[in-house]
Amino acid sequence: MARALINVPKIAKVGEIIEIKTLVSHPMETGYRVGLGGEILPRDIIQTFVCTFNGAQIYRADFSPAVAANPYLTFHTMLSESGAFEFRWEGDNDFLLVETASITVE
Amino acid sequence: MMRLRALVMATLAVPALAGEIPLAERRSDTLTMSSELRAMQADDAANPASFSVLDGEALWRVRAGASGKSCADCHGDGAQSMRGVAARYPAFDSASGRVLDLEAKINQCRTERQGSAALPMESRDLLGLATYVGRQSRGLPIVSDDPRLAPAIDRGRALFTARQGQLNLSCAICHDDHWGRKLGAATVPQAHPTAYPLYRLEWQSVGSLQRRLRNCMVGMRAEPYPMGSDEFIAIETYLMSRGRGLAMETPGVRP
Repeated sequence: MARALINVPKIAKVGEIIEIKTLVSHPMETGYRVGLGGEILPRDIIQTFVCTFNGAQIYRADFSPAVAANPYLTFHTMLSESGAFEFRWEGDNDFLLVETASITVE
Repeated sequence: MMRLRALVMATLAVPALAGEIPLAERRSDTLTMSSELRAMQADDAANPASFSVLDGEALWRVRAGASGKSCADCHGDGAQSMRGVAARYPAFDSASGRVLDLEAKINQCRTERQGSAALPMESRDLLGLATYVGRQSRGLPIVSDDPRLAPAIDRGRALFTARQGQLNLSCAICHDDHWGRKLGAATVPQAHPTAYPLYRLEWQSVGSLQRRLRNCMVGMRAEPYPMGSDEFIAIETYLMSRGRGLAMETPGVRP
């Protein structure tokens, strides 16, 4: 079952501003809602998202219960060398999802 | 005499009920959404219903039930064999003599051909398969030309136009007579079933057309029909006939 969709250009020029789009499948349960039986549904959210390029952090986001289900993030960066992105989402209930994508910079 | 004629003309020009929307004025409800939502629907990498399509694509190849067969074992590549299928559902099923919507047809295949249990309504698996099959019709016009659907269409039209619930509303009062106007902050849509199953931001998830219909009935303070009932399938059949010719957009995004 697919958990994340990553959209990164395959090729970029040195110094070109590129857009990175990430969509992750997650319920982002707030911890404030009540279930059908009146019980509080326990919080289940992604807490952090980190994007690294060749090991260096280039983007980071902290999530809160107010973030909607299936968080969608876009951000921009400039690169000077080819390499690999790593995308890491971490959250409640030991949620951990890691995806990678490579790019050629010329 | 002139004044009388003018009065008669004025009375005729303001009918109490507008009736069915003329064919030429029927539009996808995508067009009344904000540009941000339209962009979200158009971009597979931003559309959260893409996960449902991918779930369905994976399930398509999973063997299930006593037959040990997957969808792909009979139907091959869904991207080829399912092209245009969702655009003509609900369809008449000769074997059972009933009209089946896409979800019911998938479950018929599961129970009768695969020898497996039916998938629960609104389950992730059933929505995934329906969204995957629906996706293969994106861009194709809705077809509703099978004469055997006529009884279901008539029944659906009757249910669509019948007043019901504590607010004494019918579907038609909003969606035929007042589409394009505001209900609170929301624009009343024409209510064409072009994009189901779809991701609704209010739901934070993908849902079927029947879920949407149940939602509307609760809003009218009417008692919803059971999920999978002939009443819901009749309304679905009528809506597809009412939206015939419009392009399919599955998987859609709605506010």
